[in-house]
Amino acid sequence: MQDAGTTITADGRTIGPVVMEMKNITLRFGGVVAIQDISFDIREGEIRAIIGPNGAGKSSMLNVISGFYVPQEGEVWFKGEKRPPMKPFEVARQGIARTFQNIALFEGMTVLDNIMTGRLTRMKAGLLAQMIWKGRAEEEEIENREAVEKIIDFLEIQHIRKTPVGRLPYGLKKRVELARALAAEPSILLLDEPMAGMNVEEKEDMSRFILDVNDEYGTTIALIEHDMGVVMDLSDRVVVMDYGKKIGDGTPDEVRNNQAVIDAYLGVAHD
Amino acid sequence: MFYREAGDFKTSYKADNQTFPIRFDRYRFYAVLAVAWLVIPFVINDYLANAILLPFLIYSIAAIGLNILTGFAGQVSLGTGGFMAVGAYSAYKLMTAFPDVNVLIHVVLAGFITAAVGAAFGLPSLRIKGFYLAVATLAAQFFLVWLFNKVAWFYNYSASGQINAPERTVLGVPVTGANTAPWAAYLVCLGFVTVAALIARNLTRGTLGRKWMAIRDMDIAAEIIGVNPLTAKLSAFAVSSFFVGVAGALFFAIYLGAVEVGEAFGIQKSFLVLFMVIIGGLGSIFGSFAGAAFLVTLPVVLKLVGVDLLGWPTDLVAHFQLVIIGALIMFFLIAEPHGLAQLWRVAKEKLRLWPFPH
Ligand SMILES: Nc1ncnc2c1ncn2[C@@H]1O[C@H](COP(=O)(O)OP(=O)(O)O)[C@@H](O)[C@H]1O
Ligand SMILES: [Mg+2]
Repeated sequence: MQDAGTTITADGRTIGPVVMEMKNITLRFGGVVAIQDISFDIREGEIRAIIGPNGAGKSSMLNVISGFYVPQEGEVWFKGEKRPPMKPFEVARQGIARTFQNIALFEGMTVLDNIMTGRLTRMKAGLLAQMIWKGRAEEEEIENREAVEKIIDFLEIQHIRKTPVGRLPYGLKKRVELARALAAEPSILLLDEPMAGMNVEEKEDMSRFILDVNDEYGTTIALIEHDMGVVMDLSDRVVVMDYGKKIGDGTPDEVRNNQAVIDAYLGVAHD
Repeated sequence: MFYREAGDFKTSYKADNQTFPIRFDRYRFYAVLAVAWLVIPFVINDYLANAILLPFLIYSIAAIGLNILTGFAGQVSLGTGGFMAVGAYSAYKLMTAFPDVNVLIHVVLAGFITAAVGAAFGLPSLRIKGFYLAVATLAAQFFLVWLFNKVAWFYNYSASGQINAPERTVLGVPVTGANTAPWAAYLVCLGFVTVAALIARNLTRGTLGRKWMAIRDMDIAAEIIGVNPLTAKLSAFAVSSFFVGVAGALFFAIYLGAVEVGEAFGIQKSFLVLFMVIIGGLGSIFGSFAGAAFLVTLPVVLKLVGVDLLGWPTDLVAHFQLVIIGALIMFFLIAEPHGLAQLWRVAKEKLRLWPFPH
């Protein structure tokens, strides 16, 4: 099907070669098989969706990619090389950022500080410079602040810059979490149900941001979504999971007409 | 109409990063510094120094240290007394082994030694959290006190088991030993406090501070943005212990002069500094000062009012003090975990709007 090489999408975006590949991943928790022998790939610059009913193993898959779970079997290939087992912070330093299904922000810090943490891996001032707040420490604080302010403008959250995150409503928290992930300027962005619990308007905003990020920065995006409709509009290719197995993989149209997918979705009551 | 930030717009990120972005706050801060450095040294006497100023300054450093660990990095510690003892005994060994080296350098070195010891005792924090970590640091507390009691090398085999600070001078002026003038002891402590507060403020508002707070607020999310929990936690233990060690060294060398470890650095000390941090405000440098000031002056004020003025028996006043502290701890833990510092912030916000609250 889609080997190395570059394709241009209908809306004019460039999709490059495979950047990440999951090969025969199996993940068990005791007796529960969360992921069973799943393989799929993610190409540079694409929006790749993972969908499926609750408990299908979608979040577990992201957790394997970001290093929280170590699969019992299978390999993760990144940029053409087999990735050794890695801690989450090491994965982050390779340029992979993510958000969580249940928001994982730093509640005690302001919006600005939360987003600044997204740039921690870029800040290299030594302890001494930090102690006296001079030289490299002061410079990089300002440089990175400028980068963060661009993201704040982009996501339209200027008005809450100095607000402690704990005081924000749910929808804005989701947006701040996206901002923190973007602040890292990742090459791959993993989003776990970025639109869960949002109203229609908030979902539209979020969809727009995701498309803009992909379009403007060329960021590769892998996103989990529960809701078929949203995903079909956003993504270039879709992996469908059910009970830990892959039951479909292809363009939104291909997936929509796949009988196994239709059965899985009809057989499950979902909101 | 005197406390205003109107018209005080920030035109650069540098200005926005200031410690005191509001001009009024900045001037008040300079005023406090000027009084501390230029006025108090001339009016200080033995009573003021020993009852209030020296303990206040030294406990402020200890509270800043513990606040970095507990308030900023979220790692509970009940080992503060033990780490202060490490600072004190390090200073003692250094002072007696290298009498020609300036005592200020010994105090700093004692801080570094304590930082190393603190980082070592911080290792369990990589595996355990909260209550279990508190118990582990409690074990460190008891172990350290036991160690300094048992191993005679630490107190140079003195018959009493105590350590005594020999006389040392800075620029020819005695700062330790019996001949120390109150102003000299005060200036040494003030110097350390000023530098400690500046360093702590800079560290906590920058990269390292954000790493600590990230680990405190949600360690999983901290990892996902690339924070290595190992270095974040151990650096918090090391930096925190550095300040606590300096405080211990000053407490011994400048303030007490003679120390018996269980008495000076027992578990009560760990709790006292922890209470300062809780009452003053977790995660606030200013709160560390407020908490230290409060718990140092409380017994002094209670004695003045209760014993001297109202003629109550001393032991009644002492019990009364425990009740007050206990009640305050409960109040702050339940109602205001950010302590006096937060009450102060809220009061300022109210004042900013006064007299038009809406
Ligand atoms: N840490 C864990 N321990 C035990 N079981 C888990 C854990 N994480 C996920 N699971 C199980 O793995 C399965 C897939 O969960 P998850 O990946 O969260 O699904 P999804 O995100 O598709 O809703 C579920 O049966 C869940 O109970
Ligand atoms: Mg999930």
